[in-house]
Amino acid sequence: MNAAVPYQTVVTPASPRIMAERPMKITARGVDVYYGDKHAINQLSIDIPDRAVSAFIGPSGCGKSTFLRAINRMNDTIPSCRVTGDIVIDGEDIYDSKLDVVQLRARVGMVFQKPNPFPKAIYENVAYGPRIHGMAKNKAELDVIVEQSLRKAGLWEEVKDRLAHPGTGLSGGQQQRLCIARAIAVNPEVILMDEPCSALDPIATAKIEELIDELRQNYCIVIVTHSMQQAARVSQLTAFFHLGTLVEYGDTDEMFTAPQEKRTQDYITGRFG
Amino acid sequence: MSDHIVKAYDEDLAQLKTMLAQMGGLVEQQLDDAIDALYRRDTALADLVIQNDEKVDTLEHQVEEKAILTIAKRQPVARDLREIMVAIRVASDLERIGDLAKNTAKRTHAMSDQLPRKLMAGVTRMGRMAQAELKGILDAYARSDAAMALEVWRSDEDLDALYNSIFRELLTYMMEDPRNISLCTHLLFGAKNMERIGDHATNIAENIHYLVHGKPLAEGRPKKDVTSSLRIEGFNPSDE
Repeated sequence: MNAAVPYQTVVTPASPRIMAERPMKITARGVDVYYGDKHAINQLSIDIPDRAVSAFIGPSGCGKSTFLRAINRMNDTIPSCRVTGDIVIDGEDIYDSKLDVVQLRARVGMVFQKPNPFPKAIYENVAYGPRIHGMAKNKAELDVIVEQSLRKAGLWEEVKDRLAHPGTGLSGGQQQRLCIARAIAVNPEVILMDEPCSALDPIATAKIEELIDELRQNYCIVIVTHSMQQAARVSQLTAFFHLGTLVEYGDTDEMFTAPQEKRTQDYITGRFG
Repeated sequence: MSDHIVKAYDEDLAQLKTMLAQMGGLVEQQLDDAIDALYRRDTALADLVIQNDEKVDTLEHQVEEKAILTIAKRQPVARDLREIMVAIRVASDLERIGDLAKNTAKRTHAMSDQLPRKLMAGVTRMGRMAQAELKGILDAYARSDAAMALEVWRSDEDLDALYNSIFRELLTYMMEDPRNISLCTHLLFGAKNMERIGDHATNIAENIHYLVHGKPLAEGRPKKDVTSSLRIEGFNPSDE
């Protein structure tokens, strides 16, 4: 953590404690993101700890998804998009020109709003990543990775007898867990989730939330969500974005009982005009 | 504070506050009547206080129901959540103040006309102080004014001090003449009731502070009620 760069963001009082308990995983300093002329993120600095869930909340267009996508350089795929400033994962600048982006995206997995399994067998969906990254020497090793990943995603019991069936034949909630299994299979360090439950019913949502809670023992998880209740339920840290800036960041428990900033308060209580 | 996007949410919260204001008004009236009844030994008025206590209890239940329903429907967070939790707690303190007023009124029946007025004066003075505290704290709550609440919270010290001196005074009378014991005991309970009302007012003050600032009041309240550890000098039951 670079203490020399001051926060411009309000940080809730308990967050230093939360930060101190965990190693820092992602550090961003003075990040700006532009889409052509549009200044989407303005001088954003944040420290995201490992082995915790950090939730990004804020109204549509506030920049939370844009920043999430900057963490594994998904924005590179948008030609008009430009990112400046520093984003460092475990001391390594991820915008370094020598960095292998494919390797980065294996380290920083992503789960999207709509479940998007490959139109292939359940087994293949999970095996694809480990195979292209050469993580298994033979079929037996690959089988182990597939089973472990599906188990971690809480899906193994439901699909173990139909691994050859297409992933697209599963229910929405199962498909989303399949996508999480696919992300886990390449042994990532960070999992980014962009509204992972917004297309799911409450039961499937509860299962994903339970899964997120288990995964945080081993991963750094960052989740963008429009559901304030979900942020309150699953995260340890919450960051509130508004108009491309990080307004307040800190202990979730405090953010939802006594936020420091009036803008945060107005947004989470449903007063935003 | 600006309005919610969902207007019915504002109405829920406003309704809760109105119910609390009603309850506060009723409890103030009850306390006023109880003190009057005791001072004038007006048993009819005392009975009215005893009867009306049910209304206070009913209001408390209504506040609770409304609060629970609002939590279930709106999933409040931040200040909205504090607003609702504090409403429940304030209602509970007001209900207890109502009980203490009722208990004070009940003691009117035990007062005889022979009781010296000056004995009564101390207790009614405590009553007036407790009333002022209650009024102050209800105003502070209605305005969500934490500074004003803190003032009331500090002023409770005076009520405690007065209680200590009345406690000693009543003990003296009891020692002077054992025939005073029955009446003085009732007065002592009356005084204790007023002291307790002050304590409930300070609870409300602490809740107003939490409502406004989102954290508990850090200072420890200067607790000046020392009667629980007071020894009665010069009185030894074995002498009799």
